[in-house]
Amino acid sequence: MTANLFGRIAWRTLITALYAFLLAPIVVVFIISFDTRQYLAFPPESWSFGSYEAVFGNRAFIGAFGRSLLIGAIVGVLAVVVGVLLSLAMVRYRFRGREALSFLVAAPFLVPHIVLAVGIMLVLSPFGLLDSYPGIVLAHLGITIPYTVRTISMSLSAVDMRVEEAARVHGASPAAVFRRITLPLIRPGLIAGAAIAFLISFDEATISLFIVSSKASTLPTEIYHYLEYKTDPQIAALSMILIAMSVAIVVVVERLIGLRKAL
Amino acid sequence: MSATLAKGGTDRSVLLILVLPGLLALGVTFVLPLIWLIRASLAPSAFTAITSPDWTVGSYSAVLFDPFYWRVALNTLTLGLTVSAFAVVLSYPIALFLVRTPSRWRGVLTALAVAPLLTSAVVRTYGWMVILGDRGVINGALTSLHLIERPLPLSNNSFGATVALIEIFMPYAILAMLSGFGRLNSALEEAAAMLGANRLRVFTRIILPLSLPGVLTAALLVFVLAISSFVTPRLLGGGRVFVLGTEVYNEATVTLNWPLAAALSVILLVLFSSVIVLYQRALRSLEG
Repeated sequence: MTANLFGRIAWRTLITALYAFLLAPIVVVFIISFDTRQYLAFPPESWSFGSYEAVFGNRAFIGAFGRSLLIGAIVGVLAVVVGVLLSLAMVRYRFRGREALSFLVAAPFLVPHIVLAVGIMLVLSPFGLLDSYPGIVLAHLGITIPYTVRTISMSLSAVDMRVEEAARVHGASPAAVFRRITLPLIRPGLIAGAAIAFLISFDEATISLFIVSSKASTLPTEIYHYLEYKTDPQIAALSMILIAMSVAIVVVVERLIGLRKAL
Repeated sequence: MSATLAKGGTDRSVLLILVLPGLLALGVTFVLPLIWLIRASLAPSAFTAITSPDWTVGSYSAVLFDPFYWRVALNTLTLGLTVSAFAVVLSYPIALFLVRTPSRWRGVLTALAVAPLLTSAVVRTYGWMVILGDRGVINGALTSLHLIERPLPLSNNSFGATVALIEIFMPYAILAMLSGFGRLNSALEEAAAMLGANRLRVFTRIILPLSLPGVLTAALLVFVLAISSFVTPRLLGGGRVFVLGTEVYNEATVTLNWPLAAALSVILLVLFSSVIVLYQRALRSLEG
């Protein structure tokens, strides 16, 4: 009996320690974000919102934040539109090349981002699309479409086709059936897909670092270049703002379709 | 009727409209880049020569005959294996706990374990710079306790990069294990315990074999993510950690030797594919 109790305490301690390791960087960044010294040191000497104020006064960060929001929003919308079309084709039709198509859609999961990054850089460069909005949107589209297809296909497979058929029998055109019946039924999948696509685009650093430099720089690339030279708490404050945003989006996804299904 | 067969003329044109945007997007952002990557890796080594009609294996022979790149490849493999091994060992208890706990906090705890996935790797790398830095959490605590006089070399080396990568990839490992632990069954464990097996025996004979496919998937996932990482090795390595990822980035954006960057990427891809093939063999022998 005592052995059992000891075992359970040891097990609990182990799990707690592992969680502590997993969450340590985020907790530490949270604490240091209230420091205002110009260098990296722990623990903070004084506590204030000075670093948060500094972030909002930093033109480079605010500019990049705006660009990241815009790029993420465009990527989210485009990835969902393309995702809906592809999902409709793959869930509702049987055609030659369907297997090949579903392989192609899943394939970007299988290639390391850094390899894809070099390839996309080589493709965009002759068209003058490096460091441009169309360039970064295209690059992010390729890595987000697999996710939107997955969430939307899941919602689409769950739609009871008899409902659609009933509408059709009663004289609704295919477009009306899609707009009035199918679209409302798959809305959770659409929103979750858009949220995930936005989040991936917003957080993506690897591919972005290869194809943007100044004009279309995103927030993760700005943070990366800042960290190459400086490590002051401004980055911590900025990180906390980003984390808060991610958490908000994650809550939305979790509510709609469940986080584990979406990833 | 559950699905429409595309044979009529209108059906086919509808299908074309559905598929075309996706094909175009994936073609431009996935298929074309891979083809150009291979083409560029065979172009002469000069910045502007990407579109030149000449073919050469110069970039590959430059890599193969340079001991530096052999060391880089070895570093990459070592980093990948170390990170993968530790991430799997540290994630295993968490995944097992999340699968078996009757706690009503299970949903929250699961979200907590995988949520770090959704914060940028750059941000979490910064967190580890705070923890491992010369005036960071650990060195600061040890110095103020007068246990050390000079800060321990925890960052700006491969140790720091390895620790950070382990933590950064743990959520992936946990996620892979959670979806691979479907065969775990508490009834089997109870049966074994009732038949007199002790806890160690229940673990080694029942839990471990049933969870092995999930563990293997997690190990593969972390390995491939680790060998293609460069943001964390670069920032926490302080420019002293040389892996394939950092060298690809260096050639592509600093030296601007794109054929060499392309050749290194192709080598990374080959390394990556061979690991996947090995993994599939292992999985098959495990099931067969």
